[in-house]
Amino acid sequence: MILRLIERTGVFLVSLAVSSILVFAFMAVLPGDPARVALGVNASDEAVAELRRQFGLDRPLPTQYFDWLGGLLHGDLGTSYVSKVAIGPQVFDRLQVTLWLVVAGMIIALVVAAPAGTVMAARHRKISGLALSAFSQAGVAVPAFLAGILLIVVFAVRLGWLPANGWTPPAQDPTMFLKQLILPALSLGLVQGAVLTRYVRSAVLDVLREDYLRTARAKGLRPFQALWRHGLRNAAVPVVTVLGLQLATLLIGAVVVERVFVIPGLGSLLLDGVSNRDLLLVQDVVMVLVLAVLLVNFLVDLLYVALDPRLRTA
Amino acid sequence: MNDVLTVRGLSVTVRDTALVSDVDLTVGAGERVGLIGESGSGKSLTALSILGLLPEDVRAGGSVRLDGVDHELVGADERRMSRVRGRDIAMVFQEPMTALNPTMRIGDQLAEAMLIHKTLAKPAARTAAADLLDRVQLPAETLRAYPHQLSGGQRQRVVLALALANDPALLICDEPTTALDVTVQALVLDLIVRGVVDRSSALLFITHDLAVVATVCERVLVMYGGRVVEAGPVAEVFTRPRHRYTEGLLAASDLETTSRRLTTIPGNVPPAGRFPSGCVFRTRCAHATALCEETPPWTGSETAGFACHHPAGVGND
Ligand SMILES: Nc1ncnc2c1ncn2[C@@H]1O[C@H](COP(=O)(O)OP(=O)(O)O)[C@@H](O)[C@H]1O
Ligand code: SF4
Ligand SMILES: [Mg+2]
Repeated sequence: MILRLIERTGVFLVSLAVSSILVFAFMAVLPGDPARVALGVNASDEAVAELRRQFGLDRPLPTQYFDWLGGLLHGDLGTSYVSKVAIGPQVFDRLQVTLWLVVAGMIIALVVAAPAGTVMAARHRKISGLALSAFSQAGVAVPAFLAGILLIVVFAVRLGWLPANGWTPPAQDPTMFLKQLILPALSLGLVQGAVLTRYVRSAVLDVLREDYLRTARAKGLRPFQALWRHGLRNAAVPVVTVLGLQLATLLIGAVVVERVFVIPGLGSLLLDGVSNRDLLLVQDVVMVLVLAVLLVNFLVDLLYVALDPRLRTA
Repeated sequence: MNDVLTVRGLSVTVRDTALVSDVDLTVGAGERVGLIGESGSGKSLTALSILGLLPEDVRAGGSVRLDGVDHELVGADERRMSRVRGRDIAMVFQEPMTALNPTMRIGDQLAEAMLIHKTLAKPAARTAAADLLDRVQLPAETLRAYPHQLSGGQRQRVVLALALANDPALLICDEPTTALDVTVQALVLDLIVRGVVDRSSALLFITHDLAVVATVCERVLVMYGGRVVEAGPVAEVFTRPRHRYTEGLLAASDLETTSRRLTTIPGNVPPAGRFPSGCVFRTRCAHATALCEETPPWTGSETAGFACHHPAGVGND
């Protein structure tokens, strides 16, 4: 078990190092010189060279990389070439907004998928199961931003129940926070929920075929009791894997959904950074997103061990 | 004394294919009955339909009654069947490696068997679980183990302990030692017999190993093609088989002391639904005649008889 922990931690750290190199290298080979962008096309070559020196862009790439990485490790994300503002605090603020969105989306996805997938599996030959299947099939085909626009049209424009966009920090006005959170979280969560439902369904179907479930029924448990007590934890293993992978999709989805709902999250920051050609900002945000995905996958690995005792002795 | 299990006219079908037809089977209180036949004869389906645990799509017909249970078991709803399963009838399956929940400790799986039927309260159930393990010769530490930490033989003993947890009136074992190492088969068989004798439970023992039946059972039923073709006391059936299929089975096994050659029944067991009309064995039987195209009637009593037009042991053939 300790061995596995060390191994997983190692994998996590190595993938973090590799992805930081990739992110850095990608941004470095991208055409476009930050100093030229900052000064405009009419600036003299001397002025551009001077600014490059100030930004530290004249140093060898490895030096620049380790400088950036060292900063990251201390929580210092550097200063924007464009706005000359420190990037760290902005990213931190925006990250909190995005986390609310992603976590709320994830919870909605789970709350939809766990019961729906289970019912679909348990009644996969019956009308109710097939109807749910059709619904989730439809859900899988809808992109999150489209779901967002549909939700806005129905609940904000037509019914006027919820605000169409905007963001209020929970500390400032919890009610408004929740009202504004619901639609974007739903547009992220429902689509992910439809996808997750299919995985829950197949995980539960697999478990239903297991011999130990027949043993549980031979003991005197009714089918749903047997599934609940003996199937849940076993079915959770593959579902958790998908959940980890979905987080990456949710983060990407959040980038777009934040745009649709005018939410000041990491996604909006990233898109702003791209349109302002704020290369360091983009580089930092991408790295933070990558870190979030890797961290979740690391936690998923640890969760396996908690779920499946067979992994503890291996 | 009342019979524990009374099966009458049991049939099992999947869509329109008959897998088991017209099975009559009685097990007396405390009696040990064997059910033998080649693989594909319908033994497992017979057992599963008694317990009401047939796979989806597969349907049972006919009648299954249990002493002390005031309703028909065939077609009974889950609520009623769940009260019978694990309390009045229990079952040990063929494959011990997959029969236990891999994510639950053995002690919890054992205790649950008693908690479901409220035969014991929680603290008592834990103590009883340790006692059950002791009776299948497993140490008390096994309570805290997970299935993957045990060998196949140990797991099958846990499954046996589970099945015997509520002193069932009837224990069904479906090839309980087939998947085990030969070295542990004898121990598991011994524990099964001791388990049912100690509790005065009846035993329905399914196997294709005739030697095992000879040591474990008092009475035996021979199945082929989803039908019972012969029944009787073990000593009787094994020394003077009447049905030609039973005769072939005995010749193929080493029980027959007179013939040392390795004989097998010619041909293979047909797949489900491909058995001939009339006598199901006639496509493989050396004694078949035109008469065998008609279903042979049952000769003898329900507990000792056979269904063959040209039975063995009449002339000198
Ligand atoms: N779910 C099922 N669907 C269709 N056929 C089945 C099913 N289960 C078993 N059978 C068929 O029924 C026959 C009897 O099976 P079984 O009772 O398992 O035989 P045995 O236990 O004597 O080896 C076999 O031919 C088998 O292929
Ligand atoms: S009835 Fe005929 S075919 Fe069937 S076992 Fe007897 S002799 Fe053989
Ligand atoms: Mg079988």
